[in-house]
Amino acid sequence: MTVPGTRNIGLPLMNLVRLKGVPTLKQLHLEERLLRTSSDNWCIINDGTNDPTVVMGISGKPMELLEIDSVLQDEIPVIRRFTGGGTVIVDQGTIFVTFICNKDAVPGLQSYPRPIMSWSSLIYRKVFQGIGDFGLRENDYVLGNLKFGGNAQSIIKNRWVHHTSFLWDYEISNMAYLKLPKRAPEYRQARSHLEFVCRMKDYIPRSNFIDRTIDAVGSHFLVRSVELEAIKYPSDTKFKPSSGLLMKQELEETAIDSHTGIAVSQSLQL
Amino acid sequence: MASKLWASRAASYFRISLFHRGFATVIKDFKYADSHEWAKVDGSSATVGITDHAQDHLGDVVYVELPEVGAAVKQGASFGAVESVKATSDINSPISGKVVEVNEELKNSPGLVNASPYENGWIIKVEMDNSDELKSLMDSDQYSKFCEEEDAKH
Repeated sequence: MTVPGTRNIGLPLMNLVRLKGVPTLKQLHLEERLLRTSSDNWCIINDGTNDPTVVMGISGKPMELLEIDSVLQDEIPVIRRFTGGGTVIVDQGTIFVTFICNKDAVPGLQSYPRPIMSWSSLIYRKVFQGIGDFGLRENDYVLGNLKFGGNAQSIIKNRWVHHTSFLWDYEISNMAYLKLPKRAPEYRQARSHLEFVCRMKDYIPRSNFIDRTIDAVGSHFLVRSVELEAIKYPSDTKFKPSSGLLMKQELEETAIDSHTGIAVSQSLQL
Repeated sequence: MASKLWASRAASYFRISLFHRGFATVIKDFKYADSHEWAKVDGSSATVGITDHAQDHLGDVVYVELPEVGAAVKQGASFGAVESVKATSDINSPISGKVVEVNEELKNSPGLVNASPYENGWIIKVEMDNSDELKSLMDSDQYSKFCEEEDAKH
């Protein structure tokens, strides 16, 4: 199926994979596998994920980023993903859009973080044209000064991935699992999560967002739908994903360290 | 040229500066890979890092993923990564061999990669398998030209 009305002459091919409710770890493994073993361009859209999950970037430290006691008590899974960037909590209200591209897929695009981020913002600028005051502020997608999408990337020799988790909707209670991060963009200005983010559902219907995104992609690529089960992987390549679930034990040890640290600093104050 | 149109449109819309320094520094006797890593040869071993051109384009490095000492590295293959601007970027080895030392300073000071890419920001030291591999790397003049051409194309 090609998107009707696209100017497809001479455009590179983009395989579109539409998913719904796929678990986050499975999605991350798919993305990393396609990044490292495929030579095609891919757009993956996962419409929601089944269970609330915390997803940290590659260098994320649970003690700094999470309210560990609540996470452990409520048995919220915590994943460390293969891309950079910050911490999100994702659930059925999250829409994931991922681009996995060869470095020459976009003419004139240098395979570095900032150019790729700028290019991606052009896609979403088109999506939100006439709908909201869309912007890219310090690597976040915003409507006005409210963040509605978190971005991250991984860049290898000849390919890159840029993925976004969009806050279609969110549970206020889930935000309580996340601490205010030490590394935050200036425009956040120490706002709490709830004052800093907005729900996309207040601006655009869910299916409309997905359709408009596919349409915007179609102005840069010749889009072809591919079913997940139909994806073929080269048989001769070894691949081991680096995204993984943090073990309960690791989180418990972090919680103990955190409590010990508090007790020591309190006793020093006596 | 259409390929630059989106870049300048995005830049003016979002007021992003797309300009980097007009030149990137290189060190005369080092060897360079087209993926922007350098090798400083010392007998049968080499120190490896990323170039000034790379660190400038990557942005502030906040984390470096280092290999284990003893790990094998292969010319052109990834051995680690840097994180900057929400991106992990692979670091590829310019030569094959065995990692004999990693720069532990980078664990607490990843910004050394930006501040001192050719000295204090070194990443690994490798016992080389085959010094003939160095012949496929660029010298400083070739690498400078390569960077200019790459920047001009985009």
